[in-house]
Amino acid sequence: MHKDVYEARRAFLVTITYALVIFFAITEVLPFIWMISTSLKDLNQVFTMPPQWIPRPAHWENYVEIFRLMDFGRYWLNTIIVTVGRMLGQFIFCTLAAYAFARLNFPGKDFLFFLLLSSLMVPFETLMVPTFVLMKKLGWINTYWALIVPHALGAFGGAFNVFLLRQFFLTIPKEFEESAIIDGASPFRIFRSIMLPLARPALAALLIFSFRGAWNDFTYPLIVTNTDNMKVLSLGILGFKGLRAGMTQWHLMMAAATLSILPMILVFLVAQKYFIEGITVGGLKE
Amino acid sequence: MFAKLGRYKYKQWFWGYLFVLPVMAGFFLFMVYPMISGIMLSLYKWPGIGPKEWIGFGNYLRMFHDVHFLRAVGNTVYYTIGILILGVPLALFWAILLNQKFLKGRNFFRLIYFLPTVTMMAAVSMVWRWLLSPNYGLVNYFLGLVGLPKVNWLLDPKWAMPGLILMSIWKGTGFNMVIFLAGLQGIPKTYYEAAEIDGATAWHKFRYITLPLLSPTTFFVVITTMINSFQIFQQAYILTEGGPREATTTIVFYIYKNAFEWFKMGYSCAQSVFLLLVLVIATLIQWRIQRRWVHYA
Repeated sequence: MHKDVYEARRAFLVTITYALVIFFAITEVLPFIWMISTSLKDLNQVFTMPPQWIPRPAHWENYVEIFRLMDFGRYWLNTIIVTVGRMLGQFIFCTLAAYAFARLNFPGKDFLFFLLLSSLMVPFETLMVPTFVLMKKLGWINTYWALIVPHALGAFGGAFNVFLLRQFFLTIPKEFEESAIIDGASPFRIFRSIMLPLARPALAALLIFSFRGAWNDFTYPLIVTNTDNMKVLSLGILGFKGLRAGMTQWHLMMAAATLSILPMILVFLVAQKYFIEGITVGGLKE
Repeated sequence: MFAKLGRYKYKQWFWGYLFVLPVMAGFFLFMVYPMISGIMLSLYKWPGIGPKEWIGFGNYLRMFHDVHFLRAVGNTVYYTIGILILGVPLALFWAILLNQKFLKGRNFFRLIYFLPTVTMMAAVSMVWRWLLSPNYGLVNYFLGLVGLPKVNWLLDPKWAMPGLILMSIWKGTGFNMVIFLAGLQGIPKTYYEAAEIDGATAWHKFRYITLPLLSPTTFFVVITTMINSFQIFQQAYILTEGGPREATTTIVFYIYKNAFEWFKMGYSCAQSVFLLLVLVIATLIQWRIQRRWVHYA
């Protein structure tokens, strides 16, 4: 008797847990499905009620149309250039700094690391005006220099990568480098031929975080660029808000949104393990 | 051998400085210098070009008498409280659901819940503009299905901020969930086993084991969520443009407007310094307490 009650309660709990988990999963995915669905409609289908989930016929030509109506190809190219530039820079400079902070001894090391770490407290949002003024002084407004160089050198959140990699380098046992030191290898050779190959999982996390940061960046490019041909995707797609006076072209807007979101989703699906591990290492900032 | 180790010590100095040089240069040029020049600018009246006029703390005094700025602070606090009250408990709830051992496909669901957090906020905001549209939006359609009245989400001053909060919770909750999950997995299973032997109910286990032992994680999540929420800008810029009737004008949005639409550079900088101060204090409190946290179990 007592056992039956227990079993029944447990069965109830299991059912309700599954129901809730599936319900929340649907709410998280539905907006994406709706976005893709809308992107394949024409303006009549968009305003059909009740909503049509699978558009018939599907208007794939919307995806051609957005490249014709706006310089969408240029926004893509800009985003790729900026993303690759920042990733490359952070891969090299943040890793080198992390190695030095973790494995080399030099005067003032702890103080410099502390300074760098405290820069994580300062979001770009509080530096908009002085950054704009600085970029104007440098003559970098509307250039790739402005979009790439600061982040490539680890400014505005890049310091998190240094922190992440340093934590990893700290866990590598001393024996790995000792024999190389005795053989007279320089720190750079030890870094390149011993440390880098060992750090592969952490480097994957670094590349993914810097990809995400660069691909999705909005506020920074908003401040340092203002011409159409220097726009990145996040800024470019806003143009679809006011396209053709009066009526919002929801289907084109959703096609543009789909093409902007998709690369990040693909990268995430391939590399999600490193993503989630990286977050739990440092509890990174959004 | 010792000679070699000794030589290595000085090699380390050289290579160490060389390796940190690029990152430190970036730090001083693009973060320290702007921070100092921002503090300096906040003491001037300056329209962006031409001569600067020294007004001391004038901008700061003005700030606290500016009803629009105070409104922006109020809106930001409203948004932050909304996320804290609804978003953080939801993240914990998700984490507890996904932490159930019998659940099949836990990794799959974790992936789904986390997915929106990696996507581009600008594009997602466009999607939500469409989802929240009054007559053809999906959200109002579902409200209608369960018999609730339509809401004029982004055009009604009363509902615009709840709309932003709804979207932000949809997008950001998976992030806190992952942190909560890591915290949950750090609680030793023996505690639960012992409680079960004593006949504890699920609620008792949650109340007297999970909650207290999770409190460092909860504290971390609450503070970082607060810090991030205080910087809310993109959603307000894209979804509502700060409106209707300033209902979604947040601190950063107001800073942006002052600088890049009204060209009140000095005034904008003073607000930035104020915001930075708030964020730094919050972070310092977190670092302080995190380090000497005790459980009450």
